[in-house]
Amino acid sequence: MTVDAWTATDGGSLLAAVVLLPFVGMLLGLPLGGRWLRRVALGMMPLGLVLALAIAAQWADAERPLVYLLGGWAPPLGIALRADGAAVAMLVAVAGVVCAIGVFARADFGLAPGAAESRSSFSYWLLLLAVWGALNLVFVSGDLFTLYVALELLTFAGVPLVCLAGTGETLRAALRYMLFAICGSVLYLLGAVLLYGGYGTLDIPLLAAAVRPEPIAWISLGLMTAGLLAKTALFPLHIWLPPAHGGAPAAASAVLSALVIKGSWFLVLRLWFDAMPGIVTPSAAQLLAGLGAAAIVVGSIVALRQKRLKLLVAYSTMAQIGYLFLMFPLAFEGGKLVQGAAMNAGVLQAIAHATAKAGMFMSAGLVYAALGHDRLAELAGAARALPVTLLAFAVSGVALMGVAPSGAYLAKKMLLDAASDSNQWWWVVVLQGGSAFTASYVILVMVSALRRPAVPLTGVQTVSKLSQWTALALAMSSLLLAFAAVDANRTQLIKNPLDVAELGTTLLVLLAGALLALGLPHYSLLSGSVDSPIRRYTTFPGVAFELLDGWLRRWTTATLLLILLGALFAGLMRVGHSA
Amino acid sequence: MNVETLFALAACALIGIGLYGLIAQPHPLRKLVAFNIMGSGVFVLFGALAKRGASAGLAADPVPQALLITAIVVAFAATAVTVALLLRLIEVADSASLSDKAPQGHRSER
Repeated sequence: MTVDAWTATDGGSLLAAVVLLPFVGMLLGLPLGGRWLRRVALGMMPLGLVLALAIAAQWADAERPLVYLLGGWAPPLGIALRADGAAVAMLVAVAGVVCAIGVFARADFGLAPGAAESRSSFSYWLLLLAVWGALNLVFVSGDLFTLYVALELLTFAGVPLVCLAGTGETLRAALRYMLFAICGSVLYLLGAVLLYGGYGTLDIPLLAAAVRPEPIAWISLGLMTAGLLAKTALFPLHIWLPPAHGGAPAAASAVLSALVIKGSWFLVLRLWFDAMPGIVTPSAAQLLAGLGAAAIVVGSIVALRQKRLKLLVAYSTMAQIGYLFLMFPLAFEGGKLVQGAAMNAGVLQAIAHATAKAGMFMSAGLVYAALGHDRLAELAGAARALPVTLLAFAVSGVALMGVAPSGAYLAKKMLLDAASDSNQWWWVVVLQGGSAFTASYVILVMVSALRRPAVPLTGVQTVSKLSQWTALALAMSSLLLAFAAVDANRTQLIKNPLDVAELGTTLLVLLAGALLALGLPHYSLLSGSVDSPIRRYTTFPGVAFELLDGWLRRWTTATLLLILLGALFAGLMRVGHSA
Repeated sequence: MNVETLFALAACALIGIGLYGLIAQPHPLRKLVAFNIMGSGVFVLFGALAKRGASAGLAADPVPQALLITAIVVAFAATAVTVALLLRLIEVADSASLSDKAPQGHRSER
């Protein structure tokens, strides 16, 4: 690391501005309230997007990370804000998704002329701005303590979004989320304190230069990683995710699922790739990605067993979180973690998921609003009543499956290359199999919605056209993300989706997905019947996974696993080092 | 044994007690108290490390103290948000149970 990391660069003050902007919006909106709060919030969104794009332009110009020193004080005494490529990409993506969510939420949390201000809409806009500001701080923070504060801000903004409806069920989900998240944060803080005790700094580049493979670094990294995984809800620490994401209003679920979990995930990235790349071992990375693979299998199968659409989408988020961790073992070169193609693929995957999952939760919410329920078995006819919404669901599903030219496709391709280059064939299996699992629950929903209803649907509420098209726009942006992600001279990375080889893979994935969707759900995909002699056997694995999920989501199991994972990660750093 | 070691050992004990409470206590309020005990342990540990890291002419390294104040504020905010959620839950659901299933007639888990 050169001296560059501690000198302010041109355009560095943009980093401070992009963090401050959402909070300024909050402070202005808080006293104004009501209609004006919404106007302020919606006004801040394009401003924030412009700022994020300005940072991206500045970063591309400078061809080096942007740095801003708060108050002109350089680390170790001062605090630096830094934006490298990953941070810039996340800043722009989050600003874009926030804008779309803002447009979508106008229908749910806007005020009809003359209506009194409701508490949930007042809270929603403030919390949306808070989540956005906290995320921006996570992306640009240059030291582990500022990151801790940013992460806590993100949690405090995310938890109330769960219980906007104020019912007992959602309050319980929010409380579980909060309590498990603070378990994670106290472990993170303990790790940070130990690091400070060992090396006398928490500034990331200074720490990266100082840290050595020794017990204090292993233990700190183990504790911090486990704490962050609890907040990201990576399997088996997903105790809080399904009820929280499944119970919140659609506009809030989209924020939680697309954005909030990316904050703690990004921090794992910072910790492993930036702060301690020298002491991270391949065996620890294998464990991390192994948890990811387990998340894909368990999350997808339990998603297929759900009776409600929103819970299905929540479990699919749990599965998709698994994908975000698959890149860690593929990013090693010569036994050291390096910031290369695999890390870029991980960031791309996160952006692809943020756009597609926001679109998916929006469509699930619109289905609920239109039909008055979201029971999967009774979705027949929904596609005819809400063609744009169901198209948005299908497109986001296809984007998540990794069909060209989606962002997930490009990320998967880069990871597959990395896996075959490093002879880790088992990750090829996980990456290809994961697509089939994703396909299975998309097929389940689409077939249910396309079925002809026994009695014509009546009493379908009209839902906002703008909201429907916003969901579709987000889904489309995820599907076309690969074009934005590669520069003009590397377009050969994107294959024609109708090419024979590509089409073959897609068909194979769909076929495997269809088989899963036929066998595992509660009711038969073909006849809609709940009970038949064959189904008793085919659904058996589904029931087994459901029981496993229920057991893992008990408080005692989850907290013990949290401690165990912390110890395992610390231990694997030791083992990998001596090997 | 010097004073830093004594404080660090006390911190370990607090962290251990807090961790046990977080895992074993079913009532959310008790979990929250356990979180605060564990948090206090981390703060005491940070103080002990600051004392150990004292440079020439200073009684202790001042940076951890600045960080500690912030961490305490964060822990306080976390506690406040959690208590508010808990009070609201008791008001709405007439139970403080965290389990997914609907409470069956009893007011709390204990």
